[in-house]
Amino acid sequence: MKKLINVPENVVDEMIDGFLKAHPSLVKGIEANSRSIIRADANKQEKVSVIIGGGSGHEPAFMGYVGTGMADGAAVGNIFASPPPDPVLEAVKAVDTRKESLLVYGNYQGDLLNFGMAADLAEMESDIQVKQVIVKDDVASAPKEESDKRRGIAGEFFVTKVAGAAAETGYSLEQVYELTEKANQNVRSMGVGLTPCSLPQTGKPSFELMEDEIEIGLGHHGEPGVEKEKLLSSNEVTDRLMNDILEDMPLNKGEEVSVLVNGLGSTTRMELYIMYKRVEEILSENEIHIYKSYVGNYSTSLEMGGCSITLLKMEEDLKPFIDAQAHCPMFEQN
Amino acid sequence: MNAYEWKQYFSRISNMVEKEKDYLSELDRKLGDGDHGVTMSIGWKAVKEELQTNLQNENDCGTVAMKVGRTFLSAVGSSVGPLYASGLISGAKAVKGKAEISHQDAVVFWIQFVSGVHERGQAQVGDKTMVDTFLPIQEELKRSGDLIKALDAAKQGMESTKQLESKRGRSSRLKERSIGHQDPGATSAYLIFSLFVEQFS
Repeated sequence: MKKLINVPENVVDEMIDGFLKAHPSLVKGIEANSRSIIRADANKQEKVSVIIGGGSGHEPAFMGYVGTGMADGAAVGNIFASPPPDPVLEAVKAVDTRKESLLVYGNYQGDLLNFGMAADLAEMESDIQVKQVIVKDDVASAPKEESDKRRGIAGEFFVTKVAGAAAETGYSLEQVYELTEKANQNVRSMGVGLTPCSLPQTGKPSFELMEDEIEIGLGHHGEPGVEKEKLLSSNEVTDRLMNDILEDMPLNKGEEVSVLVNGLGSTTRMELYIMYKRVEEILSENEIHIYKSYVGNYSTSLEMGGCSITLLKMEEDLKPFIDAQAHCPMFEQN
Repeated sequence: MNAYEWKQYFSRISNMVEKEKDYLSELDRKLGDGDHGVTMSIGWKAVKEELQTNLQNENDCGTVAMKVGRTFLSAVGSSVGPLYASGLISGAKAVKGKAEISHQDAVVFWIQFVSGVHERGQAQVGDKTMVDTFLPIQEELKRSGDLIKALDAAKQGMESTKQLESKRGRSSRLKERSIGHQDPGATSAYLIFSLFVEQFS
């Protein structure tokens, strides 16, 4: 597959370099680790810090969400691979103002090991109290009884938004954690894959699908999903994804949700809005009110084709944080 | 094995991984995101560079193993980073302060290496991971202290992963679709141990 890159081994570092140079008023790097990114205005205000991170290749996630109202810092891993403990630890230390930090990341073994080690080190070396919210929104990745095994996908956007906005208000670590964990409990996603992506180093497609096939529940690193199906219409696919979400998280008439229709990389806005149209129809048929909607590329998988639907069940105490302003290099909300 | 040869061993892992990286990535494409060869290559290349620079004059085999572990971890992250780092740091204790590694030291190193990996990852035999290769090595070394026999056990362990269903990591979401493919982590684990046995004997 064609890619506009220089040296495959350098893509992550070159991306970070360009990113920092493009947005100096919003983000900056730190001396201690070239894979840690923090807010340009870090440490201006005493607050709980929110640190996110994960593998590269999911842009805007994760470094694109460093900024006011979102994360204070991000650790950037190699492509689709968790960052090691150092950039997480150094980001935690670089934005520390109150010895309280919340780590938000997806439920993958690598992230659990590396962020877990970083949390231990931050507590041991710097006396920073650390709590962790491990996002597990992907309904397709494990049955409801084993929801602790579910991986984190696009729902991490909502969870990060709640964490960042709650921290911004000056809440305690306990309060920020409770709200963020509530968002985590209330969020569900389902994805579909149409075409694979390829790693810059191998150039080979991450999975194979026939021209007329789609994969329901595909992971956002190209991990196979729950089943392959013949290519269906957008409405049929949307019905299927929404059905799986609503079966897993039943919603009553009159309840409210925020919606994210997320593109995986090469799927067009046109396709995403066609899908959103159907999502809106299904929700209004069920008399479920839409509180706020997001349509676009919020968490991608390089150039993968496909998309995901995420619903966040709204409760009164989550609303201010979904409404809150955010100013980040790759996400802006006024 | 003296400290020079010990360092040479870790360098040779890098050369081997460069040769095998497409094969390892190919195995991973069947089960995960297809990057196992890439990840191992990034990590062991960083180790090789560390050996040629900061560790060039290091003669303490324990320090070498520990620094190799830390370098690998910092370069890759992922799940193999913490797993190999924990193995190497745990194994390092067996050869701490030594400029020469005896047969008995090597046996203890690998027993402790496996304990380090096992405690960090918590995977069991049968979960279709590197532990399917590593734990049989440890059992055989505890039983007989024989590296060649341990290598046989490792090979059987690696090959057993073909028939297994993934229980850990990203590939566990595949359930029965993971059967029929040899685990890439178990494969690289075998190659790394096999290189040691070959060089040691």
